[in-house]
Amino acid sequence: MRRLKFLLLVAAMLLTPLIARAADQTVTIDNFVFTPNRVTVAAGTRVIFINRDDIPHTVVGIGAGNFKSPPLDTDDKFSVTFDRTGTYKYFCSLHPMMTGTIVVR
Amino acid sequence: MSDETKGLTRRRALECGLWAGAGVLWTVSGGVPRSALLGTAEAAEMGADLTFVQISDSHIGFNKPANPDATATFKSLLDRIAAMNPRPAFMLHTGDVSHLSRASEWDTARSLIEATGIETHFIPGEHDMLVDNGEPFFASFAPQGAKPGGWYSFDQKGVHFVALVNVAQLKPGGEGSLGAAQLAWIENDLKGRSASQPIVVTIHMPLWQVYPQWGWGTEDGAQALTLLKRFGSVTVLNGHIHQLLQKVEGNVAFHTGMSTAFPQPTPGTAPSPGPMKVEPGRLRELLGVSTVSHVAGKKRLAIIDRPLGA
Repeated sequence: MRRLKFLLLVAAMLLTPLIARAADQTVTIDNFVFTPNRVTVAAGTRVIFINRDDIPHTVVGIGAGNFKSPPLDTDDKFSVTFDRTGTYKYFCSLHPMMTGTIVVR
Repeated sequence: MSDETKGLTRRRALECGLWAGAGVLWTVSGGVPRSALLGTAEAAEMGADLTFVQISDSHIGFNKPANPDATATFKSLLDRIAAMNPRPAFMLHTGDVSHLSRASEWDTARSLIEATGIETHFIPGEHDMLVDNGEPFFASFAPQGAKPGGWYSFDQKGVHFVALVNVAQLKPGGEGSLGAAQLAWIENDLKGRSASQPIVVTIHMPLWQVYPQWGWGTEDGAQALTLLKRFGSVTVLNGHIHQLLQKVEGNVAFHTGMSTAFPQPTPGTAPSPGPMKVEPGRLRELLGVSTVSHVAGKKRLAIIDRPLGA
């Protein structure tokens, strides 16, 4: 029993940083497309958007998302950390046909 | 972009009669557009009562490989306009004055335009709306009397000009839009005008559905066109797509001007819109301005598209 408790404690210590801070997820903008267009991440994940086009774009949450990037010029980055589970849709306010989805589990 | 794709783009453009290696005169009469090379007798025929110039998509601040110096090409075109004889009555800038809505970009554009000494009317493109819903742009470029959304109208030699904004608060998945308030204003603005008065609409994104897959259209544009239907001569000048495109529907002639900064691909010939890199020698063929002339009593407006490289 003592040994089991010890193991659980070790496991918790190992897992804590993972729970507190999931790996970053990158979404690039290439040829007017958010890529990958739909990603599923763990709660607490930081999503980093990178504009790789020669034209500015923005990343703007729709409804529940409520996040808004400044204009991103070529190679500019913008990040959002998603702490709560849910489905977050977003679009580019310059080129509104560009949309994407982040699913947080 | 592969060589094959490039070849296709050029061939398609030639087929459409829109390629302008030299200046091309466009005349639109009875719904049939005709073109003639600049310098021909037909082109010289244009004794006009009103001549003005459309400039568009200057994207001051753009410095990517498609055109490392958008300020220089803008200035070259303005120098040409300033040297035109007869001198144009005014210029219409159909939006995307700046690339990133920066005050320095607008200041550069303004000082170059002011150096021509030619009065200029502006409307915003989406690149001018990146900060505070376009308020800084309107504060600087909208005329006195413009509505809070930035739209306005004015008359010049019997022609009625309607300057519209279809780049405000774009909705996800959508195209350009005018909105109910602006449509109501257009209806009121046109009310009581004689159907024989020529109308020129100036707008950034195309008012008609050029290519919805790339968002090149205005979702409530059809409602504006319904309001314009009774007029005998309507010319719609827009920018946004950075290439020459012309269409005639009934009494309405749609004309898209070139950018002064960089070209974009023909719809469907590339994975996406965006700055199109061409061989350095060809860039100036794909940038330019349009000269529009109105002859009193004539239904048609003549449009000459003048590339920088011509």
